[in-house]
Amino acid sequence: MVNLTVDGKNISVSEGTMLLEAIRGAGIAIPTLCAHEAVSRSGACRLCVVEIKKGNRTRIVTSCLYGAEEGLIVDTKSDRVLNVRRLVMELLLARCPESEVLQKLAKELCVESQARFAADTDKGKCILCRSCVRVCEEIVGVSAIGLFARGSQKTVGTPYNEKSDVCIGCGACVYVCPTGHIEMTSTGDKRKIWGRTFKMQTCTKCGKFFAPVDQLKFISKKTGVPLNELTVCTECR
Amino acid sequence: MTKAISVATKTRQIVKKHGGDKSAMIAVLQDIQEAFNYLPKEALKTASKAMKVPFSRVYEAATFYTAFSLKQRGKNIVKICVGTACHVRGAAALQDKFERTLGIKPGETTKDKNFTLETVNCVGACALGPVVVINTDYHGQVTMKKIDKIIDKINEGGA
Ligand code: SF4
Ligand code: FES
Ligand code: FES
Repeated sequence: MVNLTVDGKNISVSEGTMLLEAIRGAGIAIPTLCAHEAVSRSGACRLCVVEIKKGNRTRIVTSCLYGAEEGLIVDTKSDRVLNVRRLVMELLLARCPESEVLQKLAKELCVESQARFAADTDKGKCILCRSCVRVCEEIVGVSAIGLFARGSQKTVGTPYNEKSDVCIGCGACVYVCPTGHIEMTSTGDKRKIWGRTFKMQTCTKCGKFFAPVDQLKFISKKTGVPLNELTVCTECR
Repeated sequence: MTKAISVATKTRQIVKKHGGDKSAMIAVLQDIQEAFNYLPKEALKTASKAMKVPFSRVYEAATFYTAFSLKQRGKNIVKICVGTACHVRGAAALQDKFERTLGIKPGETTKDKNFTLETVNCVGACALGPVVVINTDYHGQVTMKKIDKIIDKINEGGA
C-alpha cells in the first residue's frame, strides 16, 4: 500500500494506482475528458491537473497519468490548479465551440469563452485525445483510423479520407469519444460511419437490425464461432 | 516496366533491405521518397502490408513529418527559408518573387514538373540569411537578381 495526502485527507491505495483513481476514491471530483476505462491513457485533455508536493517542491501533473507515491501531498483545488484548468478549458472551448459536452463542462467549471482565443470553425468537436484511435487499435484490433498531419492541421480520420477497407463499422470509436465528434447514422438496414455504409444484420429471433454484417464476420474470423451462430442479438441470446 | 508494378516491387525491396522491421518505418519512408521523389499511395499501402504495420499508422507517420511529401513533386525542389532570421532579412519578398517567377504557391509544382516550391522554418544557416535551398544546394544572402540567375541556370542545365 501507498500512503498519501489528498486535500488534507490521509488515504492509502494499492501500488500502481494513478492519482486520478486515488483522488476519486477519496470522494473528490476531478473533471476529465480523455481518461476512458476502455483505452490506455494519453494525457491529452489536461483537465485532470493537480498540484503535487514532494519535499519542498511543488508541481502540476496530470493525475490520470501520475502514479501514487508514498508521502505525496496532493492539492486538487489550489489556485495554481484552478488557473491551469481554467486556461485549458478556455482553449478547449475555443477549439470546439459547438461541443455541447465542452459547453456543459465549462459551465460547471465557471469558465467562459474568451475573446482573446479566436474560436476555430473547422475542428468540429474533436479535441485530438486519440481515444477513438486507441480503441480501434487496442480493443477492436483493426486500426482503421488515425490522427493525421500535425499542429493546427491535425485531424482524425481514415487514411486519405477514403473509405477504410479494414473498418468493421462497430462504432467503438463513437462510444469512447468524449465530445461526440464522430458521426454515425443508423437507418434501418444501413449504418454509415467514416464515409462508409455498412449493411446491418437482422436478429434471427426478434428480427431487429443489431450489428453490421462486417463486424459479425470479423468476430467469427477472430473467435472461430460460425457466422450463423452470431446472428442473434444480445437481448435474445 | 509498368509503373504500377515498379512502385510495389520497389517498395517491397526497400522494406526487405531494412529487414521488414517496423521500427525502421521512417527509414523505409525516406527511401521510398528518395526513389519516387514523393510518397505514392500505392507505396504506402505496400509498405504497410510488408511491414505488418496498419495503414493508418503508416499514414500518420507520412503526414507527420514535413520532410515527407504525399504529392508528386517537381524535378527541382525550391525551399525558401521563412524562419525568423530569414524572415527579418526579407524572405517574404523572395517568396513573392519565386511565386511570381514560377507561377506557383508553396506546396505546388509547376506544370512542366520542373519546380516545386516549399517553405521551411529555419535550415540552421541563419547567418547566411535569407537562405534558399534548391535540391541539396544552399544559397545564402539571396537577392532578387540572384533568383533569376539561379532559375535560369537550372532551366538551362536541367530541362
Ligand atoms: S474524435 Fe473524439 S475520441 Fe477521437 S480524437 Fe477526437 S475527441 Fe478524441
Ligand atoms: S484525463 Fe488526464 S489528461 Fe485527460
Ligand atoms: S531562419 Fe533561415 S536559416 Fe535560420
